[in-house]
Amino acid sequence: MWERIGAMVFKEVRQMLRDPGTIAMMFMFPILQLLIFGIAINNDPRHLPLAVEANDNSQFSRAIVSSLRATSYFDVVEIAGGYGEGDRLIAEGKASFLLTIPPDFARGVVRGERPQLLLTVDATDPASTGPAVAAVNEAVSRALGQELVGPLATRQASAPPVNVVLHRAYNPEGITSHNTVPGLLAIILSMTMVALTAMSVSREEEQGTMENLLATPLRPIEVMVGKIVPYFAMGFVQTVVILIAAKVIFAVPFLGSLALLLACTLLFALVCLALGFTMSTLVSSQVQSMQASMFYLMPSILLSGFAFPFRGMPWPVQWLAELLPPTHYIRLVRGIMLKGWDWRLAVPESAVLLLMLVTLGTIAVQRYRDTVA
Amino acid sequence: MSEAPAIAVRGLTKRFGGRTVVDHVDLTVQPGRICGFLGPNGSGKTTTLRMICGLLIPDEGEGEVLGLDLATKRRAIKHQIGYMTQKFGLFSDLSIAENLEFIARVYRLDNRKARVDAALERLGLASRSTQLAGKLSGGWKQRLALAAAVLHEPRILLLDEPTAGVDPQARREFWDQIHALAREGMTVLVSTHYMDEAERCHEIAYIAYGVMLARGTIGDVIAGSGLKALQGEGPGADRLSAQIEAREGVEMAAPFGTSLHVCGRDIAALRRAVAPWADQVRFTEADPTLEDVFIHLMKGAADNSVLETA
Repeated sequence: MWERIGAMVFKEVRQMLRDPGTIAMMFMFPILQLLIFGIAINNDPRHLPLAVEANDNSQFSRAIVSSLRATSYFDVVEIAGGYGEGDRLIAEGKASFLLTIPPDFARGVVRGERPQLLLTVDATDPASTGPAVAAVNEAVSRALGQELVGPLATRQASAPPVNVVLHRAYNPEGITSHNTVPGLLAIILSMTMVALTAMSVSREEEQGTMENLLATPLRPIEVMVGKIVPYFAMGFVQTVVILIAAKVIFAVPFLGSLALLLACTLLFALVCLALGFTMSTLVSSQVQSMQASMFYLMPSILLSGFAFPFRGMPWPVQWLAELLPPTHYIRLVRGIMLKGWDWRLAVPESAVLLLMLVTLGTIAVQRYRDTVA
Repeated sequence: MSEAPAIAVRGLTKRFGGRTVVDHVDLTVQPGRICGFLGPNGSGKTTTLRMICGLLIPDEGEGEVLGLDLATKRRAIKHQIGYMTQKFGLFSDLSIAENLEFIARVYRLDNRKARVDAALERLGLASRSTQLAGKLSGGWKQRLALAAAVLHEPRILLLDEPTAGVDPQARREFWDQIHALAREGMTVLVSTHYMDEAERCHEIAYIAYGVMLARGTIGDVIAGSGLKALQGEGPGADRLSAQIEAREGVEMAAPFGTSLHVCGRDIAALRRAVAPWADQVRFTEADPTLEDVFIHLMKGAADNSVLETA
């Protein structure tokens, strides 16, 4: 019996070694997972972009800003001058926090009036901003504690000398599903479009039906479009289902225009299909295209900002994640649904997706030939 | 024959990596003829067929298929060619009728339903048209594949080892059908390993190691080889093959049942070679077979392929 099992083991090992794709997966997957879970994912994101709108240029304001910096939770990206500029930064997603210091803030502190500080948080992703919010109060009182000395020392005796008012923009109740459900759209579309397209082409190759197709007058572009259309339709149905579920079951707000969202979804779907098609020209079997899709989907779920805070990842990983189409699409969906982006705000991310589409489409068409071998 | 040939290719060459798989092959097939394409495994038959039907682009050489230039009119050629691949190339998860419908759509045939129904009727599969193609037996798959390949009424039919693994009766029926198609004017180029199938062709082309070694009718090819043969009958004749093959002047000796088939270039030398056993085995002159010729050609080609560098 042992000899026979041994024969099977030997054969399996030989076959495994003959398939470089499997070997690569065996080594790459654990490494990828180690990197993602060990380094990239951080549930206590620091260095979040904070915009400060200082309408009062006092020693107190300066002390508060430097104290916030010292927490390492914040990177102060802009000291905005003009009124409303801070809100724009939040809307565009360039800043996660906006600290508005009112005029006469210093005078209020000195007089013991407990003036208000307004902290606006982009609460579309409550998980990523939670810990930082908690750090603000402490940072503010520490800063003022150092400043309120001498005759002003009495100001910190009883109640805190200032009142930090927290405004959770876009998601006042901090509901997590408002963030995840729109993101889910990107993940589900990726799974359908990329994986199924890749498999459907490599199935033709594997079963030998491709040779037959190529011997007919079918053009490569005709085969390609013909293969893509059904998956495209499937993606559309999925989009509708998710959007209805988002509205009916999860009560996710929808501030932007549905037409704009569908246009962006169309673009993203095309990117996914082109990617799936390109993948299928690189692999030689269904198993390999399955593995290749997995290799793409895992980082897409974990690094795109869907499952874990994007800003919590170290910058090289963020840079890498910018290469993943879902990263950009997720920003678009969240922007349009939760923040009410109009088309102007959607342009930058859409442009990236368009560039990806052109690149992948070119590769796919060039790699696909109407001859065998 | 003044009619333009259906297939006329000259100097067709294909290299994969550094290996020349097809080496300056010339082939001419007249309309309505069945040309058998023979040669050992890996001799370049499939590659040649693929070049003719536009699935591969030749590295060298030129030619016309139905008067259309092979280099520039690949797409127009595809419309008029039916190609049956070696491996079953239809969709296993579609039904018989669905497969035929798909092919009809791809070629944009008119009266699609009528054509598919007619094809099903001819095949004798009308009652099983909803069965999945993948569930058919080997012989039926092959018949379905042929029906699909000729559905658009191509003028040329390329068949790549169509009868591999098919039982004798199905093969017989298949060849009857090929002849019927040729009678209607279809030109057929069929690759095969079977000698009996070669003998059903109007003419044959023999290719080995990518080089065309013989072309013509079977009689031409056998006569052109210059081979002579002896047939030995008697007790133990079949066991002498190894000893006799080792003798000078004998190219090959093979047992056929209880008799022995010996051949070589010179009849006198053959007689001398078998002389030691003449008392127990009676040797009579026989016709060399097509198989003799092919084995002879193959041995020659193997020698040449070492010498030839051009």
